[in-house]
Amino acid sequence: MAGGGETPYIGAMFPGAAEAALESPARLSVSRLALTRFRSYDSARLEADGRPVVLFGENGAGKTNLLEALSFLAPGRGLRRARLAECDRVGGAGPWGVAATVEGPRGPVRLGTGREEGEERRQVRVDGAAAKSQAALAEHVNVVWLTPQMDGLFREGAGNRRRFLDRLVFGFDPEHAQRVAIYDNAMRERARLLKEGAGDPAWLAALEDRMARYGVAIAAARRDVAQRLDAACATAAGPFPRARLAAAGTVESFLAEGPALEAEDRVRAGLAASRRQDAETGGAALGPHRSDLLVSDARGLPAAQGSTGEQKALLVAIVLAHARLQAQLRGATPLLLLDEIAAHLDATRRAALFDALLALDAQAWLTGTDAALFAPLGGAAQFVRVADGTLIPQ
Amino acid sequence: MSDLERLVQLLSKLPGLGPRSGRRAALALLKRRETLLEPLAAALAAAARNIRACSECGNLDTTDPCSICADARRDPGLLCVVEDVADLWAIERTKSFAGRYHVLGGTLSAIDGVGPDELRIPKLVERARGAREVVIALNATVEGQTTAHYVAERLGETGASVTRLAHGVPVGGELDYLDEGTLAAALKARRPL
Ligand SMILES: Nc1ncnc2c1ncn2[C@@H]1O[C@H](COP(=O)(O)OP(=O)(O)OP(=O)(O)O)[C@@H](O)[C@H]1O
Ligand SMILES: [Mg+2]
Ligand SMILES: [Zn+2]
Repeated sequence: MAGGGETPYIGAMFPGAAEAALESPARLSVSRLALTRFRSYDSARLEADGRPVVLFGENGAGKTNLLEALSFLAPGRGLRRARLAECDRVGGAGPWGVAATVEGPRGPVRLGTGREEGEERRQVRVDGAAAKSQAALAEHVNVVWLTPQMDGLFREGAGNRRRFLDRLVFGFDPEHAQRVAIYDNAMRERARLLKEGAGDPAWLAALEDRMARYGVAIAAARRDVAQRLDAACATAAGPFPRARLAAAGTVESFLAEGPALEAEDRVRAGLAASRRQDAETGGAALGPHRSDLLVSDARGLPAAQGSTGEQKALLVAIVLAHARLQAQLRGATPLLLLDEIAAHLDATRRAALFDALLALDAQAWLTGTDAALFAPLGGAAQFVRVADGTLIPQ
Repeated sequence: MSDLERLVQLLSKLPGLGPRSGRRAALALLKRRETLLEPLAAALAAAARNIRACSECGNLDTTDPCSICADARRDPGLLCVVEDVADLWAIERTKSFAGRYHVLGGTLSAIDGVGPDELRIPKLVERARGAREVVIALNATVEGQTTAHYVAERLGETGASVTRLAHGVPVGGELDYLDEGTLAAALKARRPL
């Protein structure tokens, strides 16, 4: 094959997993948080320990905004998928910023992120030094969230499910974020060339080569993580249902049918053959950008056919299984952002969720309008009242 | 816009500087008028007047063709393709390359409108027809490698043998940051592509 570049996935999965497993499990937790001109917050500070955090306050108080700020500690567009400038406080004196100290198995790390004047991309600092890209965040934090907007996850298009799976993959393989970015960039470049009708075949081939190598690596990581989660869900007990998971798509099938290098060749050939069609659609006929995460319940019934509450319970089951696996493999549970989760579960499931979170020893951030819903957590959690852009620890 | 604002704005555009460091640089210059600001202004004016891109290879020099292209002792049958003049300098520092260069001036990017013509690839193909070997010494970054893939493809028709640096170059690495020993070794152990 022409072109340098080593195949990116070999040996890249689960770096340091073996060593981490030997150490005693720990959690990721935010010990200090500072929001500057972030949505409803002008300047807010919070100190926390490793216990779950309950954020309560009336509608519009800023609870979800706070979770969104935390979601920016991971690569991507955050839990609202907002445009960068959208988080600037209306009438504020400049761009937004979120700074946090995160405690993890490797000790504390200071993370900073936000918009900077004149920059189109979100800026990231790690221990004060500017990082090349947001992907650097995945090396330090893993954040997983459930929001009311995700209630429709199983019924909507595949895009949100793909992103959900990718966030789960980041926890296993921090380089996944970088690979997705590189793949997307190659796909955009190719689309631009095809659109302009320039059609320099050697240039297209160079981009398709990159798409094939990174695309297969992306699909392989998703497939692997979906399989691990499927196995982890099987051993789960309690009132949360067993979820069956599988990553599905053309590239995933190529991987099931033969070795990765062969899958790369098939992607390369498929893209070369679809140039004319792709020029018309503006997309790419095959690749991991078209994959899906298939979820069904223990009976094999697709998740989308379950009741609203059942779908929510499946999501919770997946997130809990993921957190348990993370603790085993990487020696740290992820940060869990659970927006309005208590309100959507019946009392039995709510109690089971609290038990599970405490057993995980995860720093889960829970929101609700009513603190009473969280009363069973008692002193095992820290309660923070959110009002008028201020955070008041109780 | 005031003169000072303009100065800050221009300095902020330098690689590695942003608005904040641009302001700091402007102040540092103004505080050292005789020892820094005026000599720098003179050096900038001289550079703007005298330094040109070599029409043959893209190197920067006060003569065109540049001193490397004009040097009869350098092997015209051996070409080395680099992304940037900084990479050319890095290879020159190793004192282990006796051929000539071709500076692309960047990497392919459809979104930024940088195509084969902007990278002077037609000129490279023309030069390669008369060459024995072309060494592709692009950075081991994703963009560098995609461009290398493309260049190798285009050179296929020229009859020159196409080689790349041996993998002493770390993945994601930029030549400019390599020490001379590593780069010299990677150059010596180059292999067919
Ligand atoms: N860019 C912005 N600048 C200023 N205020 C904003 C901005 N974006 C959103 N807000 C405001 O932030 C407030 C808090 O929103 P948030 O979604 O965090 O509330 P909440 O506490 O989660 O409420 P609920 O219980 O209804 O979910 C809203 O009133 C909204 O108008
Ligand atoms: Mg809310
Ligand atoms: Zn020259």
